Amino acid sequence: MLPKFSHVRPDSLRKALSFLDENEARIHGGGTDLIGCLRDRIFTTETVVSLSAINELRGIEPTADGGLRLGATATIAEIAENPTVVAGYGALADAAGVVASPQLRNQGTIAGNLCQKPRCWYYRGDFNCLRKGGEICYAYEGENQQHCIFGGDTCFIVHPSDTAPALAAHGAVCRVSSPSASRSVAVEALHVPPSVDPRRETVLEDDEIITEILIPKPPAGLRASYRKVRDRASWDFALAGVALALVFDGDTVASARVFLSGAAPVPWRAVGVEKAIIGTELDNATIDAAALATVDGAEPLAKNGYKIELFKGLMTEQLEAIRS
Amino acid sequence: MAKKKQHTPKPGSGVTRRGFLGSVGAGAAAVATGVTSRSEAVPEITDPEEMVQTALKINGRLHRLLVEPRWTLLFVLRERLGITGTKAACERGECGSCTVLIDDRPRYACLTLALEAEGSEITTIEGLLEGEELGEVQQAFVEHDAFQCGYCTPGQIVAAEGLLRTNPAPTENEILHGMSGNLCRCGAYQHIVNAVTHAGENRKDGGGS
Repeated sequence: MLPKFSHVRPDSLRKALSFLDENEARIHGGGTDLIGCLRDRIFTTETVVSLSAINELRGIEPTADGGLRLGATATIAEIAENPTVVAGYGALADAAGVVASPQLRNQGTIAGNLCQKPRCWYYRGDFNCLRKGGEICYAYEGENQQHCIFGGDTCFIVHPSDTAPALAAHGAVCRVSSPSASRSVAVEALHVPPSVDPRRETVLEDDEIITEILIPKPPAGLRASYRKVRDRASWDFALAGVALALVFDGDTVASARVFLSGAAPVPWRAVGVEKAIIGTELDNATIDAAALATVDGAEPLAKNGYKIELFKGLMTEQLEAIRS
Repeated sequence: MAKKKQHTPKPGSGVTRRGFLGSVGAGAAAVATGVTSRSEAVPEITDPEEMVQTALKINGRLHRLLVEPRWTLLFVLRERLGITGTKAACERGECGSCTVLIDDRPRYACLTLALEAEGSEITTIEGLLEGEELGEVQQAFVEHDAFQCGYCTPGQIVAAEGLLRTNPAPTENEILHGMSGNLCRCGAYQHIVNAVTHAGENRKDGGGS
């Protein structure tokens, strides 16, 4: 049985925001992560504010400038199946299609996927780790097979989202509302690295809600993909993942945005890979250099050194696939 | 195996011991703690100590009952309404045994608050019966020996039904992908794939519901 909480399911964003003033309110999008966290006593809450009855937060539709608007509560399945996403935003389509399981894709929302809590087994288990208010990261000297090789600093989680690196590669922006104001936050700037604050996952304040995600119009020549490698073929989090959004001019890479999952506590921009491939035709020597650049500066832990070779191989295969 | 009649009670018909005790329990709790109506225009925060009036449409029948905000759909189905075909196992969205259809899409009842299912069409394994006959996916599971212990089977069948409602003729890969949210610790996977394949073929041929 879950711990007790009160529940409200308002029918407008304005009303929902007014309830976030309540002490310890938590937002319910699809509920898949929230209910799991409450069951595991990762945190408790006095009030669950559900967004599921708010029409203005739903839907997937084109924007006036040729881009796409994802309502905050659009489900992962709706996004994976959307013809415009499939036709124009390959990294997002690929990523949404491999999130969790069919049941979770039918329930989980895109904003919730961006804001989900870490999956580190110490964080989810009975450990008062640094991220939960304790003193240390237990993964650092513990069981760290699935943990990060970049950006650990004080907390060595990997960010669990597949859609975040894909949306970041597509240059997506979150629209965020609080009771008093609205603002835009680029997906690539949404997550907080442990070096800034190991106890928060996103830059959002407690009284802020992501209302929609805006993706720019796909540039001519865009080729985009996402692939994740798991311990098994389906229904697991990424050990390593690569999101590519490359703009080709003929056979030449004119621009590139490359993000990794399973690598760092936040979706990790692989700047070295971008530099290695821009201006090239992705010949074999370039791909070899890009594979090395993928893991340049990585600091594997005692039990996740395999991720070095995994990321190199994955980047090689993904670049070979996208050039042809 | 020939299609044979199953002596399964109709969902919601008659009074079961479990259902009777459940409804008595809910009523007693409501008297003790007061009732909040959810039909008001301005939403109100429900007190965590209070029971809330809700109405859930399950297998075509509307059930009015009092729930606590923290109760999951799985708990309400099994422990309050006695609709026990839906199985509880991991209760953390990892195994699929509690799979139900919500507006035709498979979801985990263990991760769905009962209050969040209000206004939706909920279908459980009991709702897939055709009268007193097994539904086509159920029959396919029997004919293809698609289970051993059977505990995951209701969730598997409901997940398959959801898959076939959106994709009546799935390829083997689409079945593997579409059924990946349901675990079978007996390892009957190949037979499950066979059953779903044949249920799909039957449906495509016009034999479906």
